[in-house]
Amino acid sequence: MAFEPVLTRNIGNPAVLTVDGYRKAGGYQGLAKALKMQPDEVVEEVKKSGLRGRGGAGFPCGLKWTFLPKGLDKPRYLVCNADESEPGTFKDRLLMERDPHQLIEGCAICCWAVGAHTCYIYIRGEYVEPAAILERAIRDAYESGVLGDSVLGSGFKLDIVVHRGAGAYICGEETGLLESLEGKRGQPRSKPPFPAVVGAFGCPTVINNVETLCNLPHIVERGADWFKSIGTDERNTGPKLYAVSGHVERPGTYELPIGIKFQELLDLCGGMYQGRQLKAFVPGGASAPMLAAKMRDVKLDFDTLAKSGSMLGSAAVIVMDETTCVVRAAARLAKFFAHESCGQCTPCREGTHWAELVLGRIERGEGRESDAELMLRMTKNMSGTTICALSDAAVGPARSVIVNFREDVDQHIRERRCPVPPRRFFGEGN
Amino acid sequence: MAETGTKAALPEAVRAEIEALRPRYPTTRALLLPALHAAQRAAGGWLPEEILAAVGDYLGLPYSDVMGVVSFYDMFHDKPVGRHRIRVCTNLSCALRGAQEIVAALHDELGVGEGEVTTDGRCSYVHFECLGSCDSAPMMMVDDRYHENLTPEKARAIVRQLK
Repeated sequence: MAFEPVLTRNIGNPAVLTVDGYRKAGGYQGLAKALKMQPDEVVEEVKKSGLRGRGGAGFPCGLKWTFLPKGLDKPRYLVCNADESEPGTFKDRLLMERDPHQLIEGCAICCWAVGAHTCYIYIRGEYVEPAAILERAIRDAYESGVLGDSVLGSGFKLDIVVHRGAGAYICGEETGLLESLEGKRGQPRSKPPFPAVVGAFGCPTVINNVETLCNLPHIVERGADWFKSIGTDERNTGPKLYAVSGHVERPGTYELPIGIKFQELLDLCGGMYQGRQLKAFVPGGASAPMLAAKMRDVKLDFDTLAKSGSMLGSAAVIVMDETTCVVRAAARLAKFFAHESCGQCTPCREGTHWAELVLGRIERGEGRESDAELMLRMTKNMSGTTICALSDAAVGPARSVIVNFREDVDQHIRERRCPVPPRRFFGEGN
Repeated sequence: MAETGTKAALPEAVRAEIEALRPRYPTTRALLLPALHAAQRAAGGWLPEEILAAVGDYLGLPYSDVMGVVSFYDMFHDKPVGRHRIRVCTNLSCALRGAQEIVAALHDELGVGEGEVTTDGRCSYVHFECLGSCDSAPMMMVDDRYHENLTPEKARAIVRQLK
């Protein structure tokens, strides 16, 4: 059976920007159904669906909700993570700009399921236009009785607030985000306590990514069994948005069953740019280790990619052709992580800086013979030694270029120059 | 902060914006980012010291807390900026599609380097991290707007018509 788009089915229909238009396209039926179910039944259905977080970590969504402590006399919050800042990722922007009510519906279902009456959508500061679209849609939802004192006439009270960030990658990390929401520097917190217990404003909090939440109306409406019928296996279920960029003919957001092979995705994108050869690809955003062309048949799901030494992450697929210097690519990403490290933890603050420095000098032809081993040692010390995962994220590209592209690295050092001539794409330094 | 004698007050419009948001949050401190966004917009794109102090006074926060936050985020500026703010993405996806050519064209067109403001105060220009527009790379953000699928010529033309 051919795959029908789920999350992107309304993309290209501008009518869905209003509550009326969204309803005509079948919207808000999942929420209506959820409100007739017991909250626990919704949680069970989502658990059964196998939905895993689409923000990067891939944690089981329903299970995460069950970590909220019972019988605590405190408000609960839902925080929607719309701080989409992982280099290469642009899928949440599409969902918010082109079908904002799908997200509102997903937020409302989650709030009903977990007993939250306030949802904050934390959106990156640079997304000015998507934030304005969301604000308009939320206003419309209040006026139409979708939000407010009685959601769809059910008596369930719900407020949704759009909260803008101000430019910091680290605020995509759950607890960095919470700090930022509370009006502070976005420095991640030590865990435990986890946000489910002590989250926003000291209260139990669920944090879910935009795409994760957008799946909820469909799971409720069509059932967990339908959801599970899509994907690789029991642990990798549902539709997935792949954000493809770089050297392909048609970059864009592609919705496919989770676990499609990289090569199939590449074919759907019209193949390599100008028919060139594949050199490398990043399967899951800047944090994901880079893979070589020989891995082109890998299935793009959580577990297959983890077994292949990389990760699905945000499913941002960055494709690089034979004219690309992979060392330069890794050095550019190292620069990014050095800029975005919040500086709390020494291995990250120092490690990201040194990774930028060492990869940079290798790329310029100034690398030392010991540099590859130095990078391996350094990245080992950066793994699992910090408060949050940014340091491990920085290790992804930095280590993989040494491990998976050792010959390219050695050639730079041996010949004391970058062997890849500057081209239009990825030419002169960065 | 330096004592300035006359204490700047927050513009009425900014205060009204903060008050409209107040019921949405359980703490006053949560208003800090929205307040800084509003104050920066009202002050012409950056946050002079007296405005930062006024935001702190209004929310009952020490200046050090306000400054700590301002210095953490890329979108808050405590130094003067141009009338228009140009942010060019130079991260990997844009680099693969020719961001360096856009950078070169803008350096030439504006006559300033990364992080500088043109002498006429028209534009400030920075290289920026991924802005989430990778399928339409290369791209830049001018003020609040995204300009996508750039060519050097297109980038020059966009910058040229900024007043």
